[in-house]
Amino acid sequence: MKNKILAISVLIVVGINPAIAERDQGPGLGIPVTDDLLKQWDTSIFPDGEGLPMGSGHVTDGEEIYNTQCVSCHAPGGIGSALGDQLAGAQMSLTSDFPEQTIGSYWPYATTLFDIIRRSMPMTAPGSLSDDEVYAVTAYLLYLNNLIDKDQVINQETLPDVKMPNENGFINIYETERIKE
Amino acid sequence: MNQPGQPFSLYGKPSKFEDDVVRFPTQNEVLPGNGVSWSPLHLLEGSITPNGLHFERHHNGVPQIDPAKHQLLIHGDVQQDLLFTMSDLARYPMQSKICFIECGGNSNAGWNSSPSRSEAGYFNGMASNSEWTGIPLSVLLNEAGLKTNAKWMIAEGADAFNMQMSIPIEKAMDDAFLAIYQNGEKIRPEQGYPLRLIVPGWEGVLNVKWLRRLKITNRPVMARNETSRYTELLPDGKARQFTFYMEAKSLITSPSANMLLKQPGLYQITGLAWSGRGKIKQVDVSADGGNSWAAAELQEPVLDKAFTRFRLPWQWNGKTTILKSRATDETGYVQPERTELVKKRGKHGFFHYNAITNWQIDEDGFVSQVYDKNEEQDSGDISIDSGWD
Repeated sequence: MKNKILAISVLIVVGINPAIAERDQGPGLGIPVTDDLLKQWDTSIFPDGEGLPMGSGHVTDGEEIYNTQCVSCHAPGGIGSALGDQLAGAQMSLTSDFPEQTIGSYWPYATTLFDIIRRSMPMTAPGSLSDDEVYAVTAYLLYLNNLIDKDQVINQETLPDVKMPNENGFINIYETERIKE
Repeated sequence: MNQPGQPFSLYGKPSKFEDDVVRFPTQNEVLPGNGVSWSPLHLLEGSITPNGLHFERHHNGVPQIDPAKHQLLIHGDVQQDLLFTMSDLARYPMQSKICFIECGGNSNAGWNSSPSRSEAGYFNGMASNSEWTGIPLSVLLNEAGLKTNAKWMIAEGADAFNMQMSIPIEKAMDDAFLAIYQNGEKIRPEQGYPLRLIVPGWEGVLNVKWLRRLKITNRPVMARNETSRYTELLPDGKARQFTFYMEAKSLITSPSANMLLKQPGLYQITGLAWSGRGKIKQVDVSADGGNSWAAAELQEPVLDKAFTRFRLPWQWNGKTTILKSRATDETGYVQPERTELVKKRGKHGFFHYNAITNWQIDEDGFVSQVYDKNEEQDSGDISIDSGWD
């Protein structure tokens, strides 16, 4: 009985103590963000082209940049090496014993290519290419995979429209399992 | 000891007699910060991985980040975009969780047609287990205020790779958190100092290190590491994508590959089991190649999405035999045999290899990995060790 009274009085004390805050609540220290900062930080690019910057590039310029900036790891013609992914030149299909997962045979979205080059490449100096240069290298790699013609200009309008052969080659396992549940 | 010992130390180190207990790096020849280093699970006991031995996977090196200059941006489909400094974050409510992190590519040598010759940790040790402490992500997301169309969260790191990964918002609001501490001390640089996203039980790559940005969106960003990589090609040419959960797995850490049992007699079989879907319910061990099984003892406490140590006494009679362990988790999922896994997934998925490992003890007591006899030795072998760029 004594314990019960004690427990009740403890509850009351906690209940009326203004110093005890709600759990899962923060002190609200987040700082509002300026548009300039957002613009500088938000580099995500989506398959529909959202996030792609201004600028453009041609296959011929891209080839030149590729052969100075990318070739040491990804090899001439994008055939890959021990240092870098195979990007083009798939001979063996995805169902063969030696499947080759290149941009042309495997990658579902062309925008991913621009995004990874701009954010991570070249590995020795990521971020060193201008947006025009990134568009140009993207164009060259799409051309190497027979996805665009040599004179096609790649920019924020044309890149999302490049038809990727394996766009429907992926099964969203997370979504599939959720529907089952 | 009849002479005075060493003086005090500012930060203790292992005994000099233990200098072989180290990680094993496999890295890009030209870019040494691009690769992995394996945790020596076969040389460790208990369930917590020491901070200096936690596995590493970096895509372009370990950045040295001054926390005074590090900020976290939360933006996108929220009521209010917000920026946080590390000193502000230190005032937020924190929680601790003991959980494993496992790279999606862990144990991928298992897809090869010949069994790996490496020590247990050096092909299964892209998994480690720590007590992580930090801020529940739901606290910060609630402060920013999710809009109704918020379905995904894109997490980005501040390393030279600028890693970004898409994560469903349900998981972000459920048990994901922003870790600042690992096993009681600030996270090590190679584990994401000063801020790491922890997504318990899900693929290692989603646990973004050096976290600097969370963008809330209605769809995934389709980054390179969720399309071209970290997807699993199936025999029919389709590929599994967004395979977030790390399914139940177990591994005998002793005896294991390249160890030598000096004579017949009593040994303790010991190992680790874990599941990204919850707690380990049972680990069965076989000492006769899978003909008979016995339930191992699970070391308490058995925790959600954490390494669970199992042990079983075993009498070795000196004859050739095969040891196996098989984990079952609380959802009822049973760790598959390799034959079963390969039948379902083929051999070109690269990621999510969680099959049962066989350790063969020969008459000299030498331990090596073998595949089941009924497994076909077929073509299509690719040397998987080279795929870490």
